[in-house]
Amino acid sequence: MNFLFNLGVSLLLLVALVVWGWLMPWYVVLALVVIFVAWMALSLRGRQAASVTSVGISTLRQRLGSSSVVVIGIAGVVGVLVALLAMSEGYSETLRNTGSEDTAIVLRGGSASEVSSVLTHDNIVVIEQAAGVARDKQGKPIASGEIVVAANLPVKGGATDEEGSVQVRGVGEQAWALRPNAKIIAGRAFQPGMRELVVGQGAQRQFAGLQPGHEVKLGTQTWTVVGVFASGDAYDSEIWGDENVVADTYRRGSSRTSVIVKLTDAKALDTFKAALAADPRLQVDVDTTLNYFSKQSEGMSKVMRIMGITVGSIMAIGAIFGALNTMFAAVAARAREIATLRAIGFRGVPVVVAVMLETMMLALLGGLIGGLLAWLIFNGWTASTLATGTTGQLAFTFKVTPALLWEGLKWALAIGFVGGLFPALRAARLPVTTALREL
Amino acid sequence: MKYFHLIWAALFRRKTRTILTLVSIAAAFLLFGMLDAVRTSFDQAGKSANGAQRLQTGSKLSFIQPLPQGLGEKIATVPGVKSVAYANWFGGAYQDPHNQVFTFAVSDNYIDQYPEVQVSDDARKAFINTRIGILVGEKLLEKYNWKVGDQIPLQSNIFPQQNGSKNWTFQIVGVLHPTDQSVAFYGQIILMHWKYFDDAVMKGYNNGQVGWYVTRVKDVNQADQVAKAIDALSANSDHETRTQTEAAATASWMKQLADIGLIVGSIMGAVFFTLLLLTGNTMMQAVRERTSELAVLKTLGFSDRGVLAMVLAESALLVVFGGVIGIALAAALIPIVSAGSGGFLNLPTVGASSWLLGISLMLAIGLVVGAIPAWRAMRLNIVDALAGR
Repeated sequence: MNFLFNLGVSLLLLVALVVWGWLMPWYVVLALVVIFVAWMALSLRGRQAASVTSVGISTLRQRLGSSSVVVIGIAGVVGVLVALLAMSEGYSETLRNTGSEDTAIVLRGGSASEVSSVLTHDNIVVIEQAAGVARDKQGKPIASGEIVVAANLPVKGGATDEEGSVQVRGVGEQAWALRPNAKIIAGRAFQPGMRELVVGQGAQRQFAGLQPGHEVKLGTQTWTVVGVFASGDAYDSEIWGDENVVADTYRRGSSRTSVIVKLTDAKALDTFKAALAADPRLQVDVDTTLNYFSKQSEGMSKVMRIMGITVGSIMAIGAIFGALNTMFAAVAARAREIATLRAIGFRGVPVVVAVMLETMMLALLGGLIGGLLAWLIFNGWTASTLATGTTGQLAFTFKVTPALLWEGLKWALAIGFVGGLFPALRAARLPVTTALREL
Repeated sequence: MKYFHLIWAALFRRKTRTILTLVSIAAAFLLFGMLDAVRTSFDQAGKSANGAQRLQTGSKLSFIQPLPQGLGEKIATVPGVKSVAYANWFGGAYQDPHNQVFTFAVSDNYIDQYPEVQVSDDARKAFINTRIGILVGEKLLEKYNWKVGDQIPLQSNIFPQQNGSKNWTFQIVGVLHPTDQSVAFYGQIILMHWKYFDDAVMKGYNNGQVGWYVTRVKDVNQADQVAKAIDALSANSDHETRTQTEAAATASWMKQLADIGLIVGSIMGAVFFTLLLLTGNTMMQAVRERTSELAVLKTLGFSDRGVLAMVLAESALLVVFGGVIGIALAAALIPIVSAGSGGFLNLPTVGASSWLLGISLMLAIGLVVGAIPAWRAMRLNIVDALAGR
């Protein structure tokens, strides 16, 4: 009987957690809280529950050690979970922010990324003249044939021989018009035809010797860094030079890896796509740059998210059992008091609510502390990885967003709910006579 | 050992509490086992006796820049070099362009450089005799349900054939069985003929170039000198090279991928801190409610030190018991996780070093959390305790 009851409760709990995890937006939770508070203030049972809870909370001080286990355990779970999700969030946001709806990227058909694509000079001329491409005041199409390659450069703060890979992009003069958020923040832009480089601020942070005025070696050739640019997206991790000079260094002749064009407006993508598809000389894939970069982040950010949730779940199991332990002890210590309350006419509901509420409040506190710590320590933390589809390191910053903090709080409350439910039920179901007789 | 029964009985005095604590400890060490496996898999990559004999030579400019094929013959003449093989990146994908399958186009002797990757003699012979033959890693074979003898289509996301199509057809002639964790990667890749690749690829795409050279040296201790000598061959040319031992090259890639040590370390720090509090709390409760029992023990003649040792042993036993369950669970789960990730994660099983580290951590945590309660138990005054003061 008892076993069946517990089984039933566990099943209901599972359903409740699933609903809680997937379907609960904040306003529904807020509504639930309002209803709950109203119940406490207005109904008899509610007022009873409130008074039992206040008795429990007033004795919290005597159980400071064991209660802090709940708080700290949950703070640990939420802190680690939010930090790991913030990593995934920061990574995908960097790539999601890259590109726009009204610029399109053209790659050779079937190429997974820019670096594996090859477009000949003839292709590029045709693409630039296609319908849907915006033109500047002189009537020239706003398009840039770009070449994406990689270079090995010494890593900042690494051993003398330690080199990392950085993505190098050879761009045309229209590149700046195509990416209005890329701005020179130090030095100047490179001059066409010269062995000059501008470096993204992320790349500058990661690799040694990328200050304006310094010289760097790409293979046997010496290049001069003349400026630093900031764009606040994935381009920050790149190094830009003149397309012809870069192609020459990497012996690519007149071929390029991709073409980026400005569309007359966001709706012109279909026109542009159709125009290229209809041309028998071309076999290309077209997408908006926004879509292209977002897609690049999908796999990696999914892996990071799964990692965060796996680690969080295992830690949550530990925290749930810690909370169960503490609350069972708390209920056992107050067994007489609770039994007395029930003997003088309190029903089960106020007792259950009181124990649950106490646990949930401890959990909420833990969740807030964990979220705050994650925010203080990790928000803005810089990390880098070899991103899929690029050839260099991609720098990104951890982003602790309100949505993530909310997710962390939801976990905390769920842990508190599970950790409080079983002790609460035991307190309410223990026969009054047994409890009163107990030591 | 004489008192084991007593300690055991004390531990399970309150079954619910002990079991709840055990589950928490097991969860923490389950996490430890899995994360430690991740860490070792990163650490071990490229580090082996065979790996130390291999040098990788790539373009100094960047890893995507090819090298001339003629360089191989020059490398072979460098003193201390045993054999040279070469490979190209093919960029294969199966069925969907985003479904990447690592594929290398390799010279016929490439597989000889990796004695720890086992290929049967028949497979080797068949590979050499079949122009479109490929050797497939065992994990990959399993994943796609391929069989030896199957013809499979692969797309290259870089290289078109002479007719412009990027769909290539290959015939599976053998299987690669990696026998060492450090080359586990070879269970997930495809090797094809470089010669066939270079002949069949559209003109202008490869021109007889190779992506990188793999050199075996005669004497491991000379690896650094040989590496320098190889780089000297093409110094000041338009294709300067950078030669590293396999271990150094892999370590550099891993480091660029992520600082795994830091991530794993900080998560474990958070977990163990929580664990310390949790178990500490349990032990405090356990000793507090047994005050009179401990006093009885002392009355019976147990020394102060004996009581101290018993409480310490109890807490160490608790943590070790839970921890061993946790790591054993990790050992059971890891193969499932590896299989479930479809070859993306390839974790080693929990090795002896992980067990050793885990058990020393358990003992340390057990002793630390037991210290305060044990100290209290030792200082217990019999008269006060029995009087309930």
